[in-house]
Amino acid sequence: MKWYIIKRLLQIIPVILGVTLIAFALIHLAPGDPVRTMLGQHATQQEIDEIRVKYGLDQPLYVQYFIWLDDVLHGDLGRSILSHEQVTTEIGSRFPNTVELAIAAMLFAILIGVVAGIISATKQYSAADYSVMGLALFGISMPVFWLGIMLMMIFGVFLGWLPIGGRIDLLIPFQRITGFMVVDSIITGNGAALISVLRHLILPAIALGTIPMAIIARTTRSSMLEVLRQDFIRTERAKGLSERKVIYKHAIRNAMVPVVTVIGLNFGLLLSGAILTETVFSWPGVGRLVVDSVYARDYPLVIGCILVFALVFVIVNLITDLLYTYIDPRIHYD
Amino acid sequence: MGSVNANNMKAGVLAIIICGLLLTVTLSGCTNTTPPVTEKVLIFACSGDADKLDPADVTDGESTARTDSIFEGLVEYKEGTAEIQPCLATSWVTSTDGKNITFTLRQGVKFHDNTTFNADAVVFSFERQYNTSHPYHQYGEWAYWGYMFSDIAKVEKIDDYTVKIVLSKPNAAIMTSLAMFTVAIVSPTNAAKYGADAFKKPCGTGPFKFVEWVKDDHITVVANKDYWRGAPKLDKVIYRVITDPSARLLAVQAGEIQGMEFPDPASLASIEANADLKLLTKEGMNVGYLAMNNGYGYNDSNKNGMHDQNEPWVKTPGYFAPFTNRSVRQAVNYAIDKTSIVKNLYKGTAIVAKNGMPPFMLGYNNSVVDYPYNPVKARELLNESGYPNGFNTTLWVMPVSRPYMFDPAKIGEAIQGYLEAVNIHVTIYQIDWSTYLAKTQAGEHPMCLLGWTGDNGDPDNFMNVLYGANQCTLGTAGNVAFYNNTKVQDLLSAALQTYNTSERAQLYKDAQGIIHEDAPFVYLAHANQDLVFTKNVQGFVLNPTGRYFFYPVDLT
Repeated sequence: MKWYIIKRLLQIIPVILGVTLIAFALIHLAPGDPVRTMLGQHATQQEIDEIRVKYGLDQPLYVQYFIWLDDVLHGDLGRSILSHEQVTTEIGSRFPNTVELAIAAMLFAILIGVVAGIISATKQYSAADYSVMGLALFGISMPVFWLGIMLMMIFGVFLGWLPIGGRIDLLIPFQRITGFMVVDSIITGNGAALISVLRHLILPAIALGTIPMAIIARTTRSSMLEVLRQDFIRTERAKGLSERKVIYKHAIRNAMVPVVTVIGLNFGLLLSGAILTETVFSWPGVGRLVVDSVYARDYPLVIGCILVFALVFVIVNLITDLLYTYIDPRIHYD
Repeated sequence: MGSVNANNMKAGVLAIIICGLLLTVTLSGCTNTTPPVTEKVLIFACSGDADKLDPADVTDGESTARTDSIFEGLVEYKEGTAEIQPCLATSWVTSTDGKNITFTLRQGVKFHDNTTFNADAVVFSFERQYNTSHPYHQYGEWAYWGYMFSDIAKVEKIDDYTVKIVLSKPNAAIMTSLAMFTVAIVSPTNAAKYGADAFKKPCGTGPFKFVEWVKDDHITVVANKDYWRGAPKLDKVIYRVITDPSARLLAVQAGEIQGMEFPDPASLASIEANADLKLLTKEGMNVGYLAMNNGYGYNDSNKNGMHDQNEPWVKTPGYFAPFTNRSVRQAVNYAIDKTSIVKNLYKGTAIVAKNGMPPFMLGYNNSVVDYPYNPVKARELLNESGYPNGFNTTLWVMPVSRPYMFDPAKIGEAIQGYLEAVNIHVTIYQIDWSTYLAKTQAGEHPMCLLGWTGDNGDPDNFMNVLYGANQCTLGTAGNVAFYNNTKVQDLLSAALQTYNTSERAQLYKDAQGIIHEDAPFVYLAHANQDLVFTKNVQGFVLNPTGRYFFYPVDLT
């Protein structure tokens, strides 16, 4: 197992090299450049030339890539062209927000999705099954943007129960330590802030978690149905095991491998930001950062974000694979 | 194995219960948790975050919305106008040749870091921008300096409270430019202390002091109790970033914020009908237009921003023969129903444009009679110019909404429809914004939609920047019609060196008359600027420059 993990971690190197090389080529080959965005509609040629030289944008592409790679190996992702801020600082200030939102959305998706899937499978072709699967279809088809605005209108404006957007009520004093606002409010013992932060999480988590929730529900259902048709389930029933025990003790665990795969994949996606949800709920996450930086052709920032996303994906995948061995001890990686 | 399984199961169930409890606790906290507020806090939602907080190194309205609370310049705009009045300078004298302006500075003003405002601070704030060997020059791009202030040769300290600005040539627009954010006075001590990071802790003399910046979320400033005009009425202003216009409006409706910019024009009626809200509207300093490529471009080889004898005219890549014909350009002007576009697509929050700058500005030519909507006349003109069957062309449409054009896609489609009616068959072309700017400035389009928001309130900032032949530089053109009329350029150049206001105004009027006849543009609209506030916000006055000044604002 140890060797497997080491091997997988070593595989990150070629993946990252490949991803950054492709990203680097794509973003530089796309028309437009950051200087134009920086200077707006009234750039003079002299200014444009000077800034291109200043940021090394006048160098051939492969030279720019190797300079970047050299810097990365020295732990330097460079500075954003637009804000002059370190790329690590720019990403670091948004990433905790994205992580917290992704976790909240996944909790929502897993809780509801798995339960709904199990109910649906155990009561196949019942009214409950049809309504759960109907809702799942609805969830998958719903535009996140619209869902977000609807949630805000209903729970924010009409009922007034939950905040419209943002991370916290800005009138509550708050001390930033780790950047993870839930964590920060707990370690500083700031109860008012914790409640406000959690309240601000609910609507975006529901908006973001709805699609994964629907996918998880459908996967759980089909996987459960498959397991319930297997011989050992029949044997257990024949031995007189209660239906509850059959389902909750034996069937679920066997049905979980594909569900975990789906959860892992979706979690990886959510961690690379959710531009629509972040835009609707004014959530300062990496999704908006990467889209803004692509529009601005802020090369160092774009590549920095992609590097982080690739890393996150690889790591989440690794964790998912390791979880398989835990769920199903028959799986070995040695 | 069985017992391990059971334990895992129990742990799982426990986890689910805990999560459920967590959710319940959160939901039960649905009462208002805001502590009682005794201070006056205004939360204002902007459509985007600031790029930087160095006023000299930004070009976007979102950055200046914040820096205008923190910094001030030698002069400033009078409330609600683009005319200037003293600010950090109490008076000034312009030499007879118009090349030296001597300023007397206000005494007793302190920066937020408690250092004294004086001539050294003024010299520092200017010199870091133009002097390449200045120790602070390396930290910025200084985009606006080259574009608006390059006529300033140097800034000298005469004594502690007197400075002299020396111009390389007379520039009648320089005084209004000095009210711009670019030449705001910054604390040299703060810059020395923090170096490259000085503007993460911006320090000026303005009515509010910087507190914190959480990227993409908010920027907080608090009242400067020692402000030289007296402490502001608000204790705190928080600039929140809410990019989606519907979400911004919902946040005002829910009372989470007290003000917002750029409401969706489609929602203006519902805002006006809402008794808890108020809509502030003022004519905007902008113009949105359709440019037809006349085909004159040049390469500015000596980079002096002017067309010289040894820089030959070359055809732009988007050169399109019919648009070199004045009658065709006039036909396009007749073919488009601007009134309908303003009413239906600008949703009435704009006025129809007939000149290339807004009516409230110096030198606006009100005697110009706009081309009325007359498709019959348009077809006649096309017949006369040898295009009885019309022609095919391409219209470049901006991919983003701008203050001068809220919905370019729909406006593009409307124009397509109007031109189709006179047999001009238009294909619409779109590309992302930075590329769009680069390519239109390189003259690759036959026709394009674009516009301009004024910087300093001076007519030169519209006329010379957008319509002068000097601005037909391939790659960086401001004149995207690539319209070359030397008479117009001569009038505009003369106007910039004319200090007598009425003479200057006449020169601009003459230029507009010629441009109207030549018709290289279809001027569509001057869009209003709209802000939404809750009813209890008092004293906010819109400025034609689109800048936000929160000093006079109060909450009741």
